[in-house]
Amino acid sequence: MKAPAFQYARPASVDDACALLAQHGGDARILAGGQSMFATLNLRLSAPSLLVDINRIPALQGITADAEPGLVRIGALVRHAETAASSVVAREVPLVAMAMHHVAHPAVRNRGTTCGSLALADPSAEMPACAIALDATLVLQSRDGGMRRVAAADYFQGLYETARRDDELLVEVLFPSRRPGEVFGFDELSRRHGDFALVGVALRARIDAGVIRDLRLTTFATDPMPVVSGAAARIAEGERWSPALGEAIAAAAVRELEPDTNHAGGPEVKRLQAATMMRRVLAATFGRGAAHD
Amino acid sequence: MNDLLETGVEEAGISFVLNGRPVRHVVPVRRNLVDFLRHDLGLTAAHVGCEVGVCGACNVRVDGAVVRGCLMLAVQVDGLAVDTIEGMNDSGEIAGLQRAFVACNALQCGYCTPGMLMTACELLRQNACPSRGEIRDAISGNYCRCTGYQSIVDAVALAAQGGQP
Ligand SMILES: Cc1cc2nc3c(=O)[nH]c(=O)nc-3n(C[C@H](O)[C@H](O)[C@H](O)COP(=O)(O)OP(=O)(O)OC[C@H]3O[C@@H](n4cnc5c(N)ncnc54)[C@H](O)[C@@H]3O)c2cc1C
Ligand code: FES
Ligand code: FES
Repeated sequence: MKAPAFQYARPASVDDACALLAQHGGDARILAGGQSMFATLNLRLSAPSLLVDINRIPALQGITADAEPGLVRIGALVRHAETAASSVVAREVPLVAMAMHHVAHPAVRNRGTTCGSLALADPSAEMPACAIALDATLVLQSRDGGMRRVAAADYFQGLYETARRDDELLVEVLFPSRRPGEVFGFDELSRRHGDFALVGVALRARIDAGVIRDLRLTTFATDPMPVVSGAAARIAEGERWSPALGEAIAAAAVRELEPDTNHAGGPEVKRLQAATMMRRVLAATFGRGAAHD
Repeated sequence: MNDLLETGVEEAGISFVLNGRPVRHVVPVRRNLVDFLRHDLGLTAAHVGCEVGVCGACNVRVDGAVVRGCLMLAVQVDGLAVDTIEGMNDSGEIAGLQRAFVACNALQCGYCTPGMLMTACELLRQNACPSRGEIRDAISGNYCRCTGYQSIVDAVALAAQGGQP
């Protein structure tokens, strides 16, 4: 099918884009990479009256290390492919680099944006889970330079639901740079390389004198939004790694999931898959001597 | 036209470089890039399979990167450079891949072939000797309805070896 009729605008600045959003309310939609937008338009699942194309706004480009002390900035126009190839991201935000490998196919990554993925908040997408696991900050701008910062934990609110208002542009995401002792893990199950996850796990923790601290075990694609396990954090805190600990963490963490039934299976299947992914990611992160430094 | 593009239009004049030659056209803004190339410009190598980004039949190159022609608007290539398989054929850029596809019997109906060539060409530019696993990862975004994947992987591997049949 073809997209329904709409108007198209290509503002040259963030201010102009925000003015259009303010003027048109919920009828206008930001066009970033278009890799999710055009699929929904072509399927006639959405019919905005105006597309605000941000692809020619220079201020939205770029990945910057130490944009502010200890923070890596990824601008709203940075494509997945650029994030995946970035040496700054590989060094400072290794979890995002690991996850990027699983985001879509090359041609989609060449166009789709890392921030677009955060704006969309698809439950099966990798970037929202990474943003939550890492405590990223989303920077939103509205008319007349109005700016606010929202922590990832507050930004994601449900299935495709975020704290972003219709008149706001997500201008950048700020990821904390890797701190001493931090370790990361990521893996997902998908039908075909580059497809959306059936279940995925992103984790961040700290190793301090051989014991695990501050574990953020984040599971996605099972629930309407990524789930950080409180039980996993409590069980792991101050412990040394062992496969038995991994079993205990995974068993407790899957109990906090409330998987929906969909084309990929029912709750039992997804809990089983999630527990397996958790054990795998925990073992890969902590099991290779990382916990004994 | 530029002023209008700042506030919203239904139709726009675009100028861009297509396969090395400048082109000007007026397009309705809802026209996607692959339909524009096929129907308005008669370049029918890029195909339309799914229109939702999963099949890769519509792949074209915009400013040097392979993208989905069904997930981009024609108006968006204003000022940019677009390459299609027609241009890459004429320039000889994909001659080695084309020979390898023939040698390995890597095309049956040929519907997916232009998209596969686009993807394979980009892969080989980034990674001159990919493993079979890397080739599979790269073509994971291209459907072949004739399921010729095995021979397509063979062909890309052969082309990577500088393969003359
Ligand atoms: C075949 C295929 C496979 C895919 N597989 C995966 C996958 O495995 N994992 C994955 O994560 N994604 C996947 N994607 C989606 C892809 O990552 C998209 O690029 C991404 O979800 C959206 O980014 P975009 O820049 O293309 O946004 P668009 O499609 O342009 O926009 C998506 C939505 O977000 C809004 N938006 C975008 N940017 C902003 C902004 N800066 N401020 C405010 N609102 C904004 C838009 O208005 C729209 O509602 C896949 C897509 C396809 C077609
Ligand atoms: S037609 Fe564009 S990906 Fe299928
Ligand atoms: S050769 Fe027929 S679709 Fe691939």
